[in-house]
Amino acid sequence: MFRYQSVFFLVLRRLRMPLILLIVILSVSVLGMTLVPGVPDEHGHPQYMSFFHALYFISYTATTIGFGEIPVDFSNQQRLWVVVCIYLSVVGWAYTLGAVFNLLSDRNLAQAFATQRFARTVRRLNEPFYLVCGYGETGRLVYDALDHLGHRVVVIELNEQRCGLVGLQNYAADVPALTADASDPETLRLAGLTHPHCAGVLALTDDDNANLAVAISARLLAPKLPALCRAVGRETTANMASFGTQHIINPFQKFADYLALALHTPAAWRLLTWLTGLPGTIIVEHRSPPRGAWILCGHGRFGRFIAEALDHEAVPLTIIDRASPDSDAHTWIVGDGTGADALTEAGIDQAVGIIACTDSDVDNLSTAVTARDLNPDLYVILRQNLYSNRPLFDAFESDLNMVPSQVIAHECLAILSTPLLVPFIAELKRRSNDWNMALMERLTEHLGVEVPRVWSETLDRTLAPALCRHLASGATVVIGQLLRDPRDWKRALPCTALLLKRAGNIQVLPSEDTPLKHGDTLLLIGRPEARAELELLLRNEFTLHYVLNGTELTRGWLLKKLFGATTTLP
Amino acid sequence: MNLEKVLFGFFILLAATLNFGFVIGDIGNPEHHDIYELFGALVVSLIATVLKFGDRTQIGAVHLSTSLTADIQLIAATLVWGYAEHGPGDTLSQEMTATIVSLAAGALLANLVSVVFLIAETLMQRR
Repeated sequence: MFRYQSVFFLVLRRLRMPLILLIVILSVSVLGMTLVPGVPDEHGHPQYMSFFHALYFISYTATTIGFGEIPVDFSNQQRLWVVVCIYLSVVGWAYTLGAVFNLLSDRNLAQAFATQRFARTVRRLNEPFYLVCGYGETGRLVYDALDHLGHRVVVIELNEQRCGLVGLQNYAADVPALTADASDPETLRLAGLTHPHCAGVLALTDDDNANLAVAISARLLAPKLPALCRAVGRETTANMASFGTQHIINPFQKFADYLALALHTPAAWRLLTWLTGLPGTIIVEHRSPPRGAWILCGHGRFGRFIAEALDHEAVPLTIIDRASPDSDAHTWIVGDGTGADALTEAGIDQAVGIIACTDSDVDNLSTAVTARDLNPDLYVILRQNLYSNRPLFDAFESDLNMVPSQVIAHECLAILSTPLLVPFIAELKRRSNDWNMALMERLTEHLGVEVPRVWSETLDRTLAPALCRHLASGATVVIGQLLRDPRDWKRALPCTALLLKRAGNIQVLPSEDTPLKHGDTLLLIGRPEARAELELLLRNEFTLHYVLNGTELTRGWLLKKLFGATTTLP
Repeated sequence: MNLEKVLFGFFILLAATLNFGFVIGDIGNPEHHDIYELFGALVVSLIATVLKFGDRTQIGAVHLSTSLTADIQLIAATLVWGYAEHGPGDTLSQEMTATIVSLAAGALLANLVSVVFLIAETLMQRR
């Protein structure tokens, strides 16, 4: 692999031959013109052309401009030499131009130029950005959301057509995108893996080996960077974990975990979907998966995870698969899940739910339609492999749709946008169903049903200078005092503190009268506009003072003398 | 023996020798400086420059820069010569000849540096 900085030299090297040929032809022509005798002067001496005139003549002749015989008419000897020059120069120029166009249409060179441009754009990025490897379905979902949240992203994608799509989308920020293999460490370096502003790496390609390669590159080249890697196979997952990849996202396992949670604590599951939904969307109320007998169609990679999760919840399970059973832990029907016979044999009329999770979308839909015909009250979970089949899945109205790309996207966003969300979610899973239900009710009442923004706020000198100065002066500020509307302090901001992290200790749902300290980190949930308002409070002393006291701080020494230190607003 | 190396060394050395041949003589006397020699020096110097294109080593870069210096000096000399011959004066005066030769002498210095690099590189490689 050649160095990308030297495309210019590559061009020069390729043009060496044509350039030398051109120089030689021109110099031979010019030299000849000065040596060939011209028309004799009045004394009978032949006149010779000077170099200047010879160069002038050859220049306009060689480039086919052809001004004629300048400065005086030529002798026959000169005309003979000019004939030679004309044919020589035509060959020279034709060869040179041919070489230049050939070079310009060279795919390798075009790729080298594109790579160089990409590397330059990335190098010049001066704000935090995420490096996304793979712009497939998952990559696009994550990408859209990151762009929506105002983050910069750099994309590497192997497929040229998909990479071309990046430029066609209507993104808020400019997107450097490169068609290259992400498993090549040099590519990753060009894409900014070691860039000081790189905020994280996301390996989301559909190839487990490529993701593994990205994970190991990130681990070795940028060990401090958060790396989010998609893995489908168990071996890859284990391999990634072995060298300490921070976040391994296996969509099948994640979904199985969610299903287990939904069976165990439905309210926690509902709250979780709401918290990690894609920003700006509304989560439709689902009925929760019921407890009772379940049927699983397809015992593949995904099916195994589901079966484990259901076993853990002690749910009776019947498996339908074309292959013969590999263990006798479950009731196993060998057959075709899309037909009524196998479903009836599996006891579809007594079952409460069915999971159609083969890797064929058509089979899954066919199973679901047949099953619902046989038992209309069935809770149907469908696995959707291809995004393009969405109209079919929308039309069917299953109770729960498992789209691997969406599961991964949700998980990535939760990890990236707010690292503190992970301990909060862990806490949700531990709490009871009633606790979760009460919290969900309280939050939606306060914030509305639309998916809220969850973010964290660190109270240090750079991010919250106004508040820190206020705290340093010995004042006490409690959470409830701070979360107030900067336009009218009597109104609360539409946001709530979910979690308070102080010196490594985590306090879930801190009460309104918890005093804040310098260095605290808060996990907040609220409407998007509340975030901007709160950040204003933390940075601007005048706004902070108004919100805490309801009075306006007077600016400047003279005005203080005239009006006192504060003025009360009407 | 490597034909590429022969050509490379040949052009660099030829550029320097032609240049030297042109410069030597009384600086203000037009009869001591043949215009064909200047022309030859310029053409050979240009070819030597193109031969150095695409060499990405450190010494290659310095080689290229000395060649470019020589080219610029020689082109300036020919421009002055063209102006002296065809400009308002219409003949080659002593002052003009001195200017042309001193510009070419500058190019000679650059060409000598180039030759020194060539020798140094050859000695360094020990093969």
